[in-house]
Order: sequence, then structure tokens, then C-alpha cells
Amino acid sequence: MYGLAFPKCPLPIPNSRRKVIQMPMEPMIGLEVHAQLNTESKMFCSCSTKFGAEPNSNVCPTCLGLPGSLPVPNRRAVEYVIRTGAALNCQTAARCRFARKNYFYPDLAKNFQISQYDEPLTHDGYIDLDVDGEQVRIRIRRAHLEEDTGKNIHLATGSSLVEYNRSGIPLMEIVTEPDFTTAEQCREYLTQLRLILRCIGVSNANMEEGAMRAEPTVNLVDRETGEATPKVEIKNLNSIRAVYQAVSYEIERQRRAVAEGREDELFQQTRRWDEDKGVTVLMRRKETSDDYMYFPEPDLVPLEPEPEWVEEIYASCPELPAERRERFCTEYDLPRYDAEVLTESRQLADYFEETCKRFEGSAKMVSNWLMGDVMSLLNEAGITIDQSPISCEMLAELLRLIKEDVISGKIAKDVLATMFETGRSAAEIVEEEGLEQISDTGALESVIDEVIEENPGPVEDVRAGKDKAIGFLVGQVMRKTQGQANPQMVNEMLREKLT
Amino acid sequence: MKLYELTAYELSERLTSGEVSAAEVTEAYFERIESVEEKVAAYLELTQDVAMEQARQVDDWRAGGEQPGPLAGVPVAIKDVLCTRGIRTTCGSKMLKGFRPPYDATTVRRCRDAGMPMLGKTNMDEFAMGSSTENSAYKVTRNPWDLDRVPGGSSGGSAAAVAAGMAPIALGSDTGGSIRQPAALCGISGLKPTYGRVSRYGLVAYASSLDQVGPLARDVRDCALAMNVLAGRDQYDATSADVDVPDYVAALTGDVEGLRAGVPKELMGEGIDPAVRTTIEAAIGQFEELGMAIEEVEMPNLDHSLPVYYVIAPAEAASNLARYDGVRYGHRTEEDVSDVYDLFAKTRGEGFGPEVRLRIMLGTFALSAGYYDAYYLKAQKVRTLIKQDFDAAFEDHDVLLCPTSPTVAFGIGEKADDPLQMKLAHVCTIPVNLAGIPALSIPCGMVDAMPVGLQIMGRPFEEATIMRVGDAYQRATDYHRQRPEL
Repeated sequence: MYGLAFPKCPLPIPNSRRKVIQMPMEPMIGLEVHAQLNTESKMFCSCSTKFGAEPNSNVCPTCLGLPGSLPVPNRRAVEYVIRTGAALNCQTAARCRFARKNYFYPDLAKNFQISQYDEPLTHDGYIDLDVDGEQVRIRIRRAHLEEDTGKNIHLATGSSLVEYNRSGIPLMEIVTEPDFTTAEQCREYLTQLRLILRCIGVSNANMEEGAMRAEPTVNLVDRETGEATPKVEIKNLNSIRAVYQAVSYEIERQRRAVAEGREDELFQQTRRWDEDKGVTVLMRRKETSDDYMYFPEPDLVPLEPEPEWVEEIYASCPELPAERRERFCTEYDLPRYDAEVLTESRQLADYFEETCKRFEGSAKMVSNWLMGDVMSLLNEAGITIDQSPISCEMLAELLRLIKEDVISGKIAKDVLATMFETGRSAAEIVEEEGLEQISDTGALESVIDEVIEENPGPVEDVRAGKDKAIGFLVGQVMRKTQGQANPQMVNEMLREKLT
Repeated sequence: MKLYELTAYELSERLTSGEVSAAEVTEAYFERIESVEEKVAAYLELTQDVAMEQARQVDDWRAGGEQPGPLAGVPVAIKDVLCTRGIRTTCGSKMLKGFRPPYDATTVRRCRDAGMPMLGKTNMDEFAMGSSTENSAYKVTRNPWDLDRVPGGSSGGSAAAVAAGMAPIALGSDTGGSIRQPAALCGISGLKPTYGRVSRYGLVAYASSLDQVGPLARDVRDCALAMNVLAGRDQYDATSADVDVPDYVAALTGDVEGLRAGVPKELMGEGIDPAVRTTIEAAIGQFEELGMAIEEVEMPNLDHSLPVYYVIAPAEAASNLARYDGVRYGHRTEEDVSDVYDLFAKTRGEGFGPEVRLRIMLGTFALSAGYYDAYYLKAQKVRTLIKQDFDAAFEDHDVLLCPTSPTVAFGIGEKADDPLQMKLAHVCTIPVNLAGIPALSIPCGMVDAMPVGLQIMGRPFEEATIMRVGDAYQRATDYHRQRPEL
């Protein structure tokens, strides 16, 4: 638990006059996720979705809601939602509609948002999670399509500006059933969902950048009687960690209120997560549900994705991160941690598999090099694996040189860095810089003799059976050969000579 | 005959043969406007410089041996509900005072591309809500036949401009009869195309599922010429239909022998002025003479048209008009405001006229939780029943005939305080919008020295058929040639 303001339930009940609910109440949590789809153009017009453009430059009559403008749906965005539906085991509707959600707000150019209401594009799916070894199935109620709003910018002077570059960017809303019972499950769901959305290439799903936003609804329920506390919606969550903390906090807050009989704190409400204080704060009481005056969008005809197209999208759904992770464990005999790291991005996982195909050696060795030296070079350069100057063929060649004792692992690190810098192949670098391992006994013998001569103390220790000292002598040989000696051979030759 | 008295078709012949230049035609129209606009007040904005430049461009094309389309050089007036790039587009509302759109409506662009010089923007009921053009925030347009009477609405400016010889063709929009009823009251021809036949892109929305742009002109042939320019699929309007566009002028064969016409009982009975009914019956007799078979049809659900319309149209309007909030364009209150919602409320309270406010409130109510099923949803269901009545009627009939308006033009101010009477002015035209079908209004006689309009309704996308029927009538009669004295 992070930063909770009060201890865990159950708490001693301080006042016997208070009404006490004795039943154990279980958290019931639902998650609503909004993900920006990474299409080139906006949902209902051809404006660019490029991030970071001059304010109000990626706009047109349609996304500014000018009089007379009309929406035309982006087919790619429709495809992305269907693809997400396929990945989340959802059904895609043969016919669905867009609806207008009417409310007044300055960042909403038309003062209504084109969304979907009672007829979502995809619905009724599920995702299976592995939460600390426990299998949990979360049902997906729906994944639908809508447009994003603009952004209000409040100035210190008291006036406000509105930025409409984001207005009309396609958004997908994914709503789960209230199947989560712990904050850990919520965290795992968001982690997996993010991996999936990235894997299928529909969203960069970055919560910190606002490309993915999550709103949990938390309450407590007695599964036997069905008695439940009123639902609380939490907003302002900018990371998966924040969702985890806020949900944990909210469960405890409600539990304590129930345990202490403080029913006045339990009412339907929207709360805001205060990151700094680590608490949720009341934003507004929800007396009634908001009335958005939904009605079918008359400017658009019903959406009827052709069955062949939908089938094609479902059929081309790639292997998802969770499945791939399992396969990496079994097929490549990788530790779970390795499999998790490698499947975090589809590109990294592809790179791993492509390298393995080209390298006749252990997959664990590929994994070690990839997760270690290759990743740190990439991180330093601030680039991703698909931008790496080292192709999987090149990495496979380097690993072969190590495996065949042409170079030592230590030398290989330097070779890798040179490869990264110059884009040259490992063989070329080793050849040109004369980095082959010295595996020639004759050449090694004279160096070893020198070392024995110069280090009588350690030599005595080895002879006296202190095995540790041999490492020192190997190190000395390595130093004299600038690391090019084959350490295995040096070790063996030293032992032969001293015992 | 003066140039402004010619039909678009006749002008087109003279322009093509080189008898007159586009510049001469456009100049003639501005001269006519100068002499009668003061009496009629049809225009909100005149665009002489733009028109003259377009006209000279057309003349240059022709001088260079190019053969632009038949309407090149024939001027057009644009209802102020259509966006015109850089030219004020107010929708007759204070809310959009001074608003200059950065883009052209597709229909406006098509007229420009066809070489039609734009004369100006015509007056209208605010946001196309009304039947008399009295709801304009700017001026009262008068009926050229009797300056004390209304021209109808909401496209009253467009209708009056054509009737007064101030434009050969005008564009209008029709949500519940706003092209046909003013055409009828001003003694001209007007067509509301099938929903989806003409692009709505750039048409400032009143009720999206009912709105349609169409032409008003001196006769049916001119409407057909205009439709050859306007009709067709537009990639910027998702509701525009991908249906082949025939040559509407070529479809005017004059032959209607054997066509079957139905006369809906519900649109000929109570509420129709007896003198108007008699005139319509005479017109129907004329069709029989032309060889058409006529019979009465029953369409019981048409009786619900007005209430259905006054749920659906205001509901869509409440949402469509929500964007006028003073944040991005148009009117913004100058009063002090406490917060952004106060800014919205004051801006909208000041910017919208009473009829628009009324409809926004009606629509908001109809869409509200708890009322949605009883009003909006139910209205949609009855709308389907109305459509089914039309489908059934069109199984045995090629066209349906009825009055366009239950009365001739009424006096200015006469119904201004009686919103129900005002709304009944569209009682014969509203069912057409609910069903999404095309309908034409043509002049067919006079009552009290004022024109009477006959409505010809057709199957979806059969504009050619109703125009063939209307044209055949005009070949046999001369009501469409009568002009008001100004």
C-alpha cells in the first residue's frame, strides 16, 4: 500500500451507538478507459492529429464546429475499434449508430460530442488476467468510438484560452463490467490493456501524455445480500500507479466509513485524486445521473461495417502480449521476468524472435544481451528497438562470435558499442581492430610464465590450495593481453602449471 | 422583353449564342434590384463586385472558345442559411451578425463552378424557423404581389427575389416547407429534393434529418437546370446519397400520359381554404386532361405530421444550435458575466429571437431524460408510420397532388402573434420532409389576386418524374408566366 492516510480495515468501532454493518463487504470496481487512437487524421474531418502543433492550427470548419459543417467518419478509426474488439474477445455489431451527447462546455466546439450510446461498435468481451498467480476474468461491456474535446487553458490573469487541436481526435472508450475486486487487478488490467493497444497498433496508450485516461468507479458490495455502498467515480488519474493508489485509498475510505457507521460519507459522488496528498477529494455530489440528452446523430448514417472486412480484421489480430509471454516461457525456456520484459513491446519481441532464428545458440543468451547491453545503448540514445542501427542479423553474428570463442564476452561489449555507433558488423570490427581471442597455447604460455614469475605470493596461495587466488592470476593475464586471452584456457593452463 | 424578365433557360440560350454577355445580364439584374429592392426587401446582402467578377470570368471563358455549362452567366441569389466564403452569412439572426464563413457550402461552390454570378444573400426567418420571413432579425420581406402580405418562409427572401425579377434562380432550404410554401405564396416554382439528393455541407443546420437545399425559379424547367448543377453525392456530407443523377432537363418530355396521381384526402380537407381547394381541384382536372389517372388516397397518419415535426425538428435544433455560445464566433454578450455558463446564457438570450428560443426549449424538453421515450422516440415511430403511408401510396401512384399552402399569402403581422396558425401554414409540406421524399410547388391559379401553389410529391430520387409532371402542366397553362406589377 502506498501512502494511505489510515490503517487497514477492520478497525475497532469507536462508538457503539453507530449503525454497524457486520457483513464483510467486497470492493466492486469498474473501469472506464479512454484511449486516443493513433490515426493520421481526426475522427470526422481530415485534420492532422499530430501532437505539439501550433495551437489551433490543426483545425477546420468541422472540428471547430462552425455553422454548416458536417462530420464524415474516419474508416481507420472504425477499424481500430473493431481490432480492439477482436483483441478483447468482443463482438462487433453488424449495425450501430453514433449519438450526440449534449452538454455545454467551452472546449466542446459544437456543445455536443459525437459518441455512441445504446448501440456501441463492439461489445461483450473479456480479458483474462494473471494477478499474482491468480487467474481473473474481467468482462468488457463495450468498446466504442467518439471524438475528443478541445482543451481549456486557464491563464494566471483570470482569462481562459481554448485550444482545439485535440478537438475531434478519435477516442475509444472501453468500459468493463464492475468485475475488479482489488486495486492490484485494476493495475494489471491497465498494464495488459496498454500492452494490447500498443501491440495491435491502435494507440500509444500513454497515460502520462493523456493518450490513455482511466476512470474507476468504486463501491463496496455484500455479495450475499446484494447490499452495496453508493458508487464513487474517481477522476484526474494520470498514471497506472495513480489508479492503483486511488482505488486502494477509496476502498479503504469506504470500508472505514462503513465500519464506523459514518453513512453521511457514503453517497453517490465524483472524487478527484490528489497526487501530492495521496487522497481522493470530493468534487461533486451526484444527486441524479447527468442528463446528456442523448439522441442518434442525424448527420451520420448508421454504421454497418461490411462482414468480410470485420472478419478480415479479426483474422489478422496478432498474437497478444499475454499469449506471447507464455509462449516465450515455454518455447524459448525463458524465465518469466525475461518473457515479460521482452513482450512489453511488439517490436522488441519481434526482434528477439528474429535474432533467435538467426543464432544457433541459447535463447537466454539472446535475451541477456538484448535486455542488458542492447537496451542500455538504446536508452542512452533515447531510441526504440525498431530504430536501432543494429539489425537482428548483426546481433546474431556478434553472439555467434562469442559462442565460437572468437571474442570474449567482455570484448563483445565494446564491439557492440562500436557497432551501435558506426553501424558496422561485428566481424568487420573484430577483424580490423584485431580483437580475436588469443586461444593459441604458445602465445599464452609466455604470458602465463611471466605472471607466475611476477606474483610469487598468489602462486604460493594457489599451490597451498587457496582456489580464490587463481582468479587474480587469470586477471593479470587478461590485463597483459588487453582482454584478448581466452579466460577459460588461461584458467586451465594455470592450473596445469601450478598443480 | 427585358433581360430580368427572361427565364434562366432563355437567358442560357442567349448567353450561349453570344446574343448577350454575362456581364450585361448581371448588370441588368443589379439595375432591377436597385429599382425594386426598396419595396420588396428580399436581400440581406448584395454582392455586386463578386457577381460582376464572376460574370466577366464567364465572358472570358466564352471569348476564349470554352463552353461552360448552360447556367454560366445566369445569376443566382443565395439564401443566407448557406455558407459563402468571406461573405456574411447570418441566417437572419443577430447571433451570427457579421459572421463570415471561411468556406463555401457545397451547393454554393457548385453554383460558382457552374459560372453563376452570386447576386447576394437573401432574407429568411431566423435559422429557417418560420413561415413568413417575419422572424428575421434584420428586415421584413414583402410579397411582390401585395407588399402588405408576407412572402412565406422561411426562404421568403429567395422567393420574393425570383418573383420580383431580382434573380432568375435562388437557392433555398426546406425543413418543413421552407422552399415550397414561399414559392407558392410568391407564384413561382420551387423544388425540395429527396433527402440526400443535394449536399447539406455548408447549410447551417436547423433540423439535420429534415433539411434539404433546393432551387426556387420562375418555372420547372429552370428548377431542372439548377438541379443539374446541385444534385449528386458529396464526400463532405455523410448523408448525401450515392445515387445516379439523371439529366433533369432532358427528362422534361411533356408526356405524362398514363401516369397515375393520388390526391391524399387528409391534405385536401379541413383547414384548406375553400377557394384554394377549388383552385387545386381545377388544376387536378388539368392533369386528367393531360392523360393522367387521378384518384383519392387515404394516408391516415399524415394527420400526425405537425406534432411529429414539432418534436423532431426542435429536438435536433436544440442540439444543432447549441454551438452558438459566444466563445468562437458570432454574438457575445457585452454584459458582465459571473462565469462561463452565465456567458452562454446571456449570449444566447440576447442573440436568439423568440421563435428560436421557443424551439430550443421545446427540443430540450423533448430530449430530456424521462421525456425522451414519450416524445422523441414516439415521434420517430410515428414518422416511420408516415413514411409507410407514403410507401403504400406510391405503390399505386407515380405522384401525389395537393395544395402547397392551405391559404394564399397572409398579411404582414396577421399571424405574428399566433404561433399555431403560423405553423399550420406548413401543414401540407411537412409530411414530405418527414418522409424524405421530393416535392415541387408550382403556381396553379389565383385567389384574391394572390397566387396559389400546387404541390407535386414523388418517390425518393424521382425528382425527374415530378418535374416532368410540373413541366407538362406549365406547357399547358400560363400561371407561371404571370408576374406581379411593381
